[in-house]
Amino acid sequence: MMEGCLGLLGGGGSSGASTNKSTLSKVEVVETEASSYPVEAELELGLGLSLGGGGCGGGGGGKGKANAWGECGRILTAKDFPSVVSQPHRPNNNNSMPSTCAVGAVSGTKRAADSVSHDQGGSPTAGSQVVGWPPIRAYRMNSLVNQAKAARAEEDKGNGEKDRSNENLKKKICNGNKTNATGNEKGHLGFVKVNMDGAPIGRKVDLNAHACYETLAQALEEMFLRSATRPTTITSIGGEKQQVSKPSKLLDGSSEFELTYEDKEGDWMLVGDVPWGMFLTSVKRLRIMRTSEANGLAPRLHDRNEKQRSKACLAAAASSF
Amino acid sequence: MNYFPDEVLEHIFDFVTSQRDRNSVSQVCKPWYKIESSSRQKVFVGNCYAISPERVIERFPGLKSITLKGKPHFADFNLVPPDWGGFVYPWIEAFARNNMGLEELKLKRMIISDECLELISRSFANFKSLVLVSCEGFSTDGLAAIASNCSFLRELDLQENDVEDHRGHWLSCFPDTCTSLVSLNFACLKGDVNLAALERLVARSPNLRSLRLNHAVPLDILQKILMRAPHLVDLGVGSYVHDPDSETYNKLVTALQKCKSVRSLSGFLEAAPQCLSAFHLICPNLTSLNLSYAPGIHGTELRKLIRHCRKLQRLWILDCIGDEGLEVVASTCKDLQEIRVFPSDPFVGNAAVTEVGLVALSSGCPKLHSILYFCQQMTNAALITVAKNRPNFTRFRLCILDPTKPDAVTNQPLDEGFGAIVHSCKGLRRLSMSGRLTDQVFLYIGMYAEQLEMISIAFAGDTDKGMQYLLNGCKKLRKLEIRDCPFGNAALLMDVGKYETMRSLWMSSCNVTLGGCKSLAKKMPMLNVEIINETDQMDISADDRQKAEKMFLYRTLAGRRKDTPEFVWTL
Repeated sequence: MMEGCLGLLGGGGSSGASTNKSTLSKVEVVETEASSYPVEAELELGLGLSLGGGGCGGGGGGKGKANAWGECGRILTAKDFPSVVSQPHRPNNNNSMPSTCAVGAVSGTKRAADSVSHDQGGSPTAGSQVVGWPPIRAYRMNSLVNQAKAARAEEDKGNGEKDRSNENLKKKICNGNKTNATGNEKGHLGFVKVNMDGAPIGRKVDLNAHACYETLAQALEEMFLRSATRPTTITSIGGEKQQVSKPSKLLDGSSEFELTYEDKEGDWMLVGDVPWGMFLTSVKRLRIMRTSEANGLAPRLHDRNEKQRSKACLAAAASSF
Repeated sequence: MNYFPDEVLEHIFDFVTSQRDRNSVSQVCKPWYKIESSSRQKVFVGNCYAISPERVIERFPGLKSITLKGKPHFADFNLVPPDWGGFVYPWIEAFARNNMGLEELKLKRMIISDECLELISRSFANFKSLVLVSCEGFSTDGLAAIASNCSFLRELDLQENDVEDHRGHWLSCFPDTCTSLVSLNFACLKGDVNLAALERLVARSPNLRSLRLNHAVPLDILQKILMRAPHLVDLGVGSYVHDPDSETYNKLVTALQKCKSVRSLSGFLEAAPQCLSAFHLICPNLTSLNLSYAPGIHGTELRKLIRHCRKLQRLWILDCIGDEGLEVVASTCKDLQEIRVFPSDPFVGNAAVTEVGLVALSSGCPKLHSILYFCQQMTNAALITVAKNRPNFTRFRLCILDPTKPDAVTNQPLDEGFGAIVHSCKGLRRLSMSGRLTDQVFLYIGMYAEQLEMISIAFAGDTDKGMQYLLNGCKKLRKLEIRDCPFGNAALLMDVGKYETMRSLWMSSCNVTLGGCKSLAKKMPMLNVEIINETDQMDISADDRQKAEKMFLYRTLAGRRKDTPEFVWTL
């Protein structure tokens, strides 16, 4: 992802103005493509809500992953997580990528870059794709995001900036579920810690950057489980090849890991059992647990058969899009 | 001077308050060193790992006030994994064990636990002031301990911390006998507070001068509080989403009329613009205004507010003020010294201000010397104009949302613009740059920025020469932080002695290799060279040609730190 983004920015050493111009045109291209999403997303939302999985207007898999839209409504189970083959952990570039993932600003910005081609960059929000840029304190970022969500949930701002309407729509899609589900606190959330069994580094993920379990799971997969590629720097743009050869494993197979969270009462729960908004109000931190250990989460273990059925149902519906 | 008794010297030294000056005093001769050290009460430690607490205690047995900073600056932007370090517990434990009479503690970017807060509250009978900036690791339970046990607490100031909010009744933990509060800032707390306890606390704190509320304090409570605390100097207002009914509004106006001392205003976390007109009453006396958390205030309402603030010296604002709004600032606020313009929607990558606003400020505000400016674009011409208008800049931080964007008009790099800034602003101490920048800008900085102490660079430069110009030229450099620049070992190793004259160096996503860092560490035993290793492919015996993704080095008298997590290696 990083490669794509920095390519978009024209690189530091080599190119001059011309690259930036082409950057601009790429940006425009992506914008028009992105604008085609809202319609689909709305339709998906209708399917998703009934399972409490939440709409995925803001996240989703990006252009290359039409399936992801349909899958969004499915409640994640342990099976959704990719199996980790030899190495138990792949902590890589940094922990803030999800945080810079635009909150529905452009759907699947990160994913688009991943799945389509990494020289697209995938987003008009060039600045926001770069980790730790713009250099704003995490506290302030969280605050802005929360305020933006609250404001948009109440009314459409319609500031008149060029791509506002799309974002507003997407943000509404993302927020709609959240405010429906919770309605209470404005979600003064932000980063929560994530640890993975076997990984030395804990990370933080910005829950504000996600509107459904799907994108969160993908982000965590990126963080912990994808092959360790050096984050790209200006100088190494040309050299890096795209990582994650496989599409998201969230959609198939079983995994030796489960995503769990600790709630406000201190209990560990499986992620995905409750509506997204409710999850947000109760989550304190996350843990990617080995399946063997997660068996202890007895009261909350879901009926996998039931989920399978719903999955099939949605997949069928999704395929019609 | 040798004939003066120690008491006289000590008395004279009492007038020397700045840490730098006291450091100089202590270096004159041994007797002065002894006297200064034994009488120093206030200590500043810019890097908590540069020295051990024991050593500080040994040298300054009379220490009453300490400021500690922990994580590197870039930790603010999530470039440093959590648990990297910056734990304050060892310091507090050492102070407690040595029966230090600690009264004031100020921490920035450190991790402080509830246990630690409790230890503070129990160990230091005269503890008066706790200021936490960008810290984490604690909850409202820790605050409850402070409230309960610190009988003489004057100041509890929480700025932008990540606090786990248990919605406990920490405010109720202040005993009825506690009447000493001067400053209370809990604006960053996310949860509800006990409003009745808050009102009672304010009522029994006659010395309260600074009060910053969080979002959970509604308008009607605010006006009651203001009625009880008309002598407030600094006020942070919470959230008011709905228009107040006329009765509450009128009461607010009445209360504000009584607050003749308010000089600093902040908050408005969510604000119905209609409430703002009540605050017009206090605007004419304001010297400091922070609306950077108030995206709801913009457009005409904001400009109206600004027009009343003729005495403003410090303004923190969101970019929704627009260039037009900045022109209003420029024409109204002739005493303005510091301005910060934050992006209101960083995710979109659209800032609402451009070079126009910056030029207006530089032209209209003769005392402006400190600026942080997030903008959409910049031009060399604008920067050159700014440099000409405002040679008195001491802090100049410019952030273009697209970090490698060139001059918006000419498409040239912004070298000439920033060059003009460093050339003209001879007192420049802090600089952050962005936009398309080549080695040339570093040549200028090395040549002209003689007073520069801190510089932040991102996505800039072409070759090692860039960093070399910097290190060669800036004699007073203390902190250098670099990310995503093509600087490698040649630059890193050019002048290794330089790093002992600096507090720290951060380099991430550059071209320095593991081998280069190891070589540096070997040559400079008084430096801790830390590598943050976030991929499992790298281990200490890895190929030295591999790039060191994140390197942080700092001078230290304390040797390697003992609390490095697994992913941090000290070479």
